[in-house]
Amino acid sequence: MSTVKLTVNGKAVAVDVEDRTLLVQLLRDHLNLTGTHVGCDTSQCGACVVHMDGKAVKSCTMLAGQADGASVTTIEGIAKGDELHPMQEAFRDNHGLQCGYCTPGMIMSAIDIVHRHGGQLDEATVRQELEGNICRCTGYHNIVKAVLDAAGRMKVAQAAE
Amino acid sequence: MYQTIYHRPSSVDEAVSLFAKGSEAKFLAGGQTLLPVMKQRLASPSDVIDLGKIKELQGVELSGDVLTIKAGTTYFDIMQNADVKKAIPAIAYLTSVLGDPAVRYRGTIGGSIANNDPAADYPAALLALGATVKTNTRSIAAEDFFQGLFTTALEDGEIITAVSFPVPAKAGYEKMRHPASRFALTAVFVAQMKSGEIRVAATGASQSGVMRVPAIETALKANWSPAAIDGVSISASNLLADIHGTAEYRANLIKVMAQRAVAAAS
Repeated sequence: MSTVKLTVNGKAVAVDVEDRTLLVQLLRDHLNLTGTHVGCDTSQCGACVVHMDGKAVKSCTMLAGQADGASVTTIEGIAKGDELHPMQEAFRDNHGLQCGYCTPGMIMSAIDIVHRHGGQLDEATVRQELEGNICRCTGYHNIVKAVLDAAGRMKVAQAAE
Repeated sequence: MYQTIYHRPSSVDEAVSLFAKGSEAKFLAGGQTLLPVMKQRLASPSDVIDLGKIKELQGVELSGDVLTIKAGTTYFDIMQNADVKKAIPAIAYLTSVLGDPAVRYRGTIGGSIANNDPAADYPAALLALGATVKTNTRSIAAEDFFQGLFTTALEDGEIITAVSFPVPAKAGYEKMRHPASRFALTAVFVAQMKSGEIRVAATGASQSGVMRVPAIETALKANWSPAAIDGVSISASNLLADIHGTAEYRANLIKVMAQRAVAAAS
């Protein structure tokens, strides 16, 4: 057992876990943050993507101990109170959710994509960048539309700040 | 995953001594292969020694005609690095088509070559460029480092610290990506060294892992152009065959990828 100390969605937490615990297990089983999903458990589907120190990583492919000292943001941590994150808004408006299972990972990856590419995003780039996130409804069309829509909204939101 | 003990040393020396104390210890780099394998219970190390927080294993240096990438540098940092893009753009490109964005944030060059997957990307770059693998105890030529499927010259407890690449006159990399795994169904790295030497390596093709392709090297030595490879014949014996492609298909892919790599070389 080890004590892992990290910041999750802005709050400092200390959790006693077995050394073999994955980051996704720490989030879901120990902190009850079940918005982060486990889809394939083989590091391919991306349903478990969270941000660690600002980077979109697969939380099923990291030990909890590797996140010691880090700042982690999950799908629960991106809205401001009742106000959804622009990426969440755009997924809702563009019917990007479908069954919803892959959505948390899609949204966390998509925010990272917009941060890295800023205003340079086009459809081909979004499709390529979402390679690590699998939707088994296979309805990528509305997901891609949502990401492009959100990229515009996030730019406007940033300019207003 | 079986029980294990997690360690996070802050220096290479500390990592080496932790390894010696464990009964069946394993080093953890980016974890993008080792952790999935542990989750499937195909590996059960007594101790996992995380190299991720060791500062001396991070960074890129360009000194004259030698580009050195420290072993713990992530794919993301390599593909963004200005010295890599300037000195060997083919390595920046290779890195950008490796895995997916989340994997590139975590995976490292040291982890990739230590694992030596027969379809991994970096082994082709190391072998084609005649790179040198630096460890905590010695330097190993790429030629001697890769020894077949998932097998390298590394001794138990030896840690890769960096890879040094001679800067070539021109180099190119092209790969037929498996659409789901993004590993190479077959990929080829071509290099024209400043000495005039031509070196070509293929990954994802051979049953013995990454390999040089002498027939294409000879053709390109006579004439550095995609057309020079048209008449080359590649034997399908000892090539991989699986549900994704036959040995003959891969033999043809070696030629096609080499032609595209020459066309793209810069």
